[in-house]
Amino acid sequence: MMVKKVATAILSYILSVSCYAASEVGVPLLDADVDVSNTVSLQRGARLFVNYCVSCHSAEYMRYNRMAEDLGLDPELVKDNLMFASDKIGDTMTIAMRSDDSEQWFGVKPPDLSVIARSKGVNYLYSFLNGFYLDSTRPTGVNNIYYPNTAMPHVLWDLQGFAQKTDDGQIFVPEDSPGDMTVIEYQQATRDLVTFLDYLGEPAKLVRYKIGFWVISFLLVLFVITCLLRREYWRDVH
Amino acid sequence: MSKVVKNLTDLRDWVDARFPLMQLWNEHVGQYYAPKNFNFWYYFGVLSLVVLVIQIVTGIWLVMNYKPDAEFAFASVEYIMRDVDWGWLIRYMHSTGASFFFIVIYLHMFRGIMYGSYRKPRELIWVLGMCLYLALMAEAFFGYLLPWGQMSYWGAQVIISLFGAIPVVGETLSLWIRGDYVVSDITLNRFFAFHVIALPFAIAGLVLLHILALHHVGSNNPDGIDIKANKDPAGKPLDGIPFHPYYTIKDAPAIVGLLILMSVVIFFAPEMGGYFLEHNNFVPADPLKTPEHIAPVWYFTPFYSILRANTINFFMVPAKLWGVIFMGLGTMAFFLLPWLDRGKVRSIRYRGWIYKTALSIFVVSFLILGYLGLLPPTPGRTAVAQVCTILYFLFFLLMPFYTKWDKTKPVPERVT
Amino acid sequence: MTVDSTDIERRQFLTGTAAVLGGLGAGVAAIPFVSTFQPSERAKAIGAPVEANIDQIEPGQRVTYKWRGKPVWIIRRTEEQLAALEQMRDILADPDSASSVQPEFAENSWRSLNQEYLVLVGICTHLGCSPSFRPLAGDVVMGADSVGGFYCPCHGSKFDLSGRVYAGVPAPTNMDVPPYKFLNESRILIGELAEGEGA
Repeated sequence: MMVKKVATAILSYILSVSCYAASEVGVPLLDADVDVSNTVSLQRGARLFVNYCVSCHSAEYMRYNRMAEDLGLDPELVKDNLMFASDKIGDTMTIAMRSDDSEQWFGVKPPDLSVIARSKGVNYLYSFLNGFYLDSTRPTGVNNIYYPNTAMPHVLWDLQGFAQKTDDGQIFVPEDSPGDMTVIEYQQATRDLVTFLDYLGEPAKLVRYKIGFWVISFLLVLFVITCLLRREYWRDVH
Repeated sequence: MSKVVKNLTDLRDWVDARFPLMQLWNEHVGQYYAPKNFNFWYYFGVLSLVVLVIQIVTGIWLVMNYKPDAEFAFASVEYIMRDVDWGWLIRYMHSTGASFFFIVIYLHMFRGIMYGSYRKPRELIWVLGMCLYLALMAEAFFGYLLPWGQMSYWGAQVIISLFGAIPVVGETLSLWIRGDYVVSDITLNRFFAFHVIALPFAIAGLVLLHILALHHVGSNNPDGIDIKANKDPAGKPLDGIPFHPYYTIKDAPAIVGLLILMSVVIFFAPEMGGYFLEHNNFVPADPLKTPEHIAPVWYFTPFYSILRANTINFFMVPAKLWGVIFMGLGTMAFFLLPWLDRGKVRSIRYRGWIYKTALSIFVVSFLILGYLGLLPPTPGRTAVAQVCTILYFLFFLLMPFYTKWDKTKPVPERVT
Repeated sequence: MTVDSTDIERRQFLTGTAAVLGGLGAGVAAIPFVSTFQPSERAKAIGAPVEANIDQIEPGQRVTYKWRGKPVWIIRRTEEQLAALEQMRDILADPDSASSVQPEFAENSWRSLNQEYLVLVGICTHLGCSPSFRPLAGDVVMGADSVGGFYCPCHGSKFDLSGRVYAGVPAPTNMDVPPYKFLNESRILIGELAEGEGA
């Protein structure tokens, strides 16, 4: 199994040629460092997601029962604790807010988050969640260094506290306005949330590495056999 | 056991009395004599056939759950990815297969150029192959609209707008192709019809013709020698071996190898860093908002670069039209190879340094153009693309001269 | 080509191994393709168990719910109707539901959990039409001495008020009773058995 892990790690490292090194405004992104195989992180991320995100953002391709199954959660628990916007466990994560309402409140319709990790990349999402700072010139009172003038309010402020930006573009939380979490805890929480978003973008990710390992192992055996077979037959050819 | 074998033989004979089963088998497989010196480059023909089969089978399965409707197309792809049992695997096989199709086809074409496989008497095989290449590009282009993401949408918008550059009829033509004032549900529907019915038929038919023509004249080989010139008393080429079992078995590890490479992508990097599945295509199509940077999928980028490299109006023709013309010529130029090449030998093995240099420059310019096509343009990049475009066309334009002047080496009697 | 130097056994062994492995691989590769034909998650979500209220139903009345795209009837039977069920035996084809589809608890003359409330898939077991509800005693089509039942307009099959099929009609078995359970006194869940119940 060690071999399998190492092979998986090496393969995914080599192949994850990423083209999202920097945000659209050229600010280098933070490294999200997510691990979708970490179920506990996914569960914490899911809790944050339904509590903070699903009030405005939908994830309309994701079903609650799929999440329960994949994250090893009891469907009844999910129903009682994680489903605020819906009542059937087989429902997708839709929201009650009407899109013209939200457009009036935020200026834009909050995008569906089902595949946001695939279009934006986990590093961007992680950076974005860690990029809010107080800015009195904005209607929401906050701005974001990775997505300037974003329409999104800082919904996690009670966790992070009100961060401010230094002149050289760093984010810090002043001691007089702390959140419920320490800086490290907040980073871990946003990492959990982004891990969940990564899973949300492609639930098959949880199984495809494992299946791939077996498929490729089988094909390698077949490759050896067919090579031997070819050599055997080609002894005829002079 | 022997009874089963006898029954099967009887069945075969029964069919054979009514259908030329054994004749077809012998002509194309059992007694098709192929040169015994095929090397690595000769795998790509059979590999493209394997990818074609994969694309057709996975395509049929995708159509079962896909909805060609602007309102539901994007959602139906996500439905396949999430709600359909194993749908994600079939979708990734198809999206990965598309890129692999072009990888093997480009290598297959390069083989043909390297060993002079287009030379007399194989001009028609080459022309049919080029028709296949064009059909494949059309197939890929139509198919790319179907997921109805931002790149699908704006890619189609840009390519269709190219037709608008044609004088007089251009605008009418692009309107006619779209069937609407912008790319819309109507366009999606007709692209769907082309992608799943018209072009697959055309491709299957062309493949058949391509193979029939090949088996009629016989395969070329890395030495570029005609193996039919040396036959044994029974009339079998001395340097030929029956396709089955020797090449069927030799192809087997290559096919498995291809499946391994495809599996690596399918299971470990289906997006291939955004080159096989583009990030922006996970945003639903929005006719009101163009993504910051749009680039075609990698297999179109050399031609896309040629298109963008035309920035100068000359001969009273606007640069936009030149771009379209050169892009068209860039793809069509390959058709002329059999008649541009005046070399005394077929294979690169016996050509002189001039041809080898010309081919190397061509391949390098093609790759650079391909790379630049992925990046947003800057003045520097455009200049490089312009140089490469010129080199690209010089390969074809000067071919009649340099192939003639080139000092060739003597070709051996028998394959090496 | 010199055949004498060939190791025929080795060749056959390798050919056999490659063929078996290749066939195995192809077989396993077919599994995902076959599996896509299973009901998708969406189909399962739509076909998920349905909750039904029963406290509003008057005796002798029927309400219809949709479960997995099929009509499911809930009928509250009167005392007389229940009493008549035992006397139907002679004219029924399968009075004990021996060869019909229902959860274990319904293998009896009233075919339900709570005798009063009958839960039934409203589809004729002949060719899939939905029978009509004939609750009145002495109904014209059900016969003068009947206490009511179901009559299929397509091919004339008749069922009693437990969905049991009459003898001598085209339908082969009693109407199906779906799996269901009581959530509380007044609510049932159609599509799911209570824990420990056999199908």
